[in-house]
Amino acid sequence: MAGVAVMSVPGGRVAAGSRVRVRDNWPETRGKVHIRTPHYLRGQVGTVVRHLGDFPNPEELAFARPAQILPLYHVVFEQPVIWREGRAGDQLLVEVFGSWLDPA
Amino acid sequence: MAGPGVRIEEIEGEQLLGALAALLAAKGIVTPAEITAQIAATDTASPAQGARMVAKAWTDPAYRVLMLADGTRAAESLGIPMRGAPPLGVLEDTAGLHHLVVCTLCSCYPRAVLGYPPFWYKSAAYRARAVRDPRGVLAEWGTVLAPEVRLRIVDSTADYRWMVLPLRPPGTAGWSEERLASLVRETDMIGVTLPEVPGG
Repeated sequence: MAGVAVMSVPGGRVAAGSRVRVRDNWPETRGKVHIRTPHYLRGQVGTVVRHLGDFPNPEELAFARPAQILPLYHVVFEQPVIWREGRAGDQLLVEVFGSWLDPA
Repeated sequence: MAGPGVRIEEIEGEQLLGALAALLAAKGIVTPAEITAQIAATDTASPAQGARMVAKAWTDPAYRVLMLADGTRAAESLGIPMRGAPPLGVLEDTAGLHHLVVCTLCSCYPRAVLGYPPFWYKSAAYRARAVRDPRGVLAEWGTVLAPEVRLRIVDSTADYRWMVLPLRPPGTAGWSEERLASLVRETDMIGVTLPEVPGG
């Protein structure tokens, strides 16, 4: 898929087609956490398919703390790139919160 | 395997449930009527509900559009209780694209339309292999995709729940919605299998 610069849309959302990198962040090494971003995606580059909606941050909800409302995106990743095996063209489609995404 | 120990656990479970329900009512969190309604909704949830949606989408183009745009509304329009359920997303298989659903982090599953997840869906093996060796997993289910079909593995990680709208199998022209629905299995709506006509 062609690289597209991250484009903000009204409300601070990332536009469909934007290339994004999942943060290479490992909060679980620093204490108790509840994280909905799978390990295998940390540091990986994908493409935003669409904004799915805005939801309270599960990382806070899990501990009954006040939760910020975050945008949730459907992001597509090339499956063989992530696992270094598999069939070219196969993809992973994953829900990722905006707080885990940076422009790629 | 039902022995005396099992029976005791059941009794303890009922007592715990009664005590919890009384506490929730006393604190004004949930009324007994709301609990009864939720139990009724949970009991009606089964793969037959999802199968009704799939069969209707196969025969009614307008319903197909609604289902792909808003799975929750599409389910509700068939009388399937969705109140309190996470939003339902529907993944459309095409001649060139097949979807496979997994939850690698736990066992997120569209219970309102598919009922309880099958045991293997929650297994560590399926959760790990579906994202890393999806075609190997499909082969073990006897599912063979045409060489040109791309695979999209959908990792259900957050607030949505996902079901697959599979392709209508050949040999079903003129079938009624009810007959079509009888073909559709939970595994077809997870994406590990494809709907098929028995003996076809």
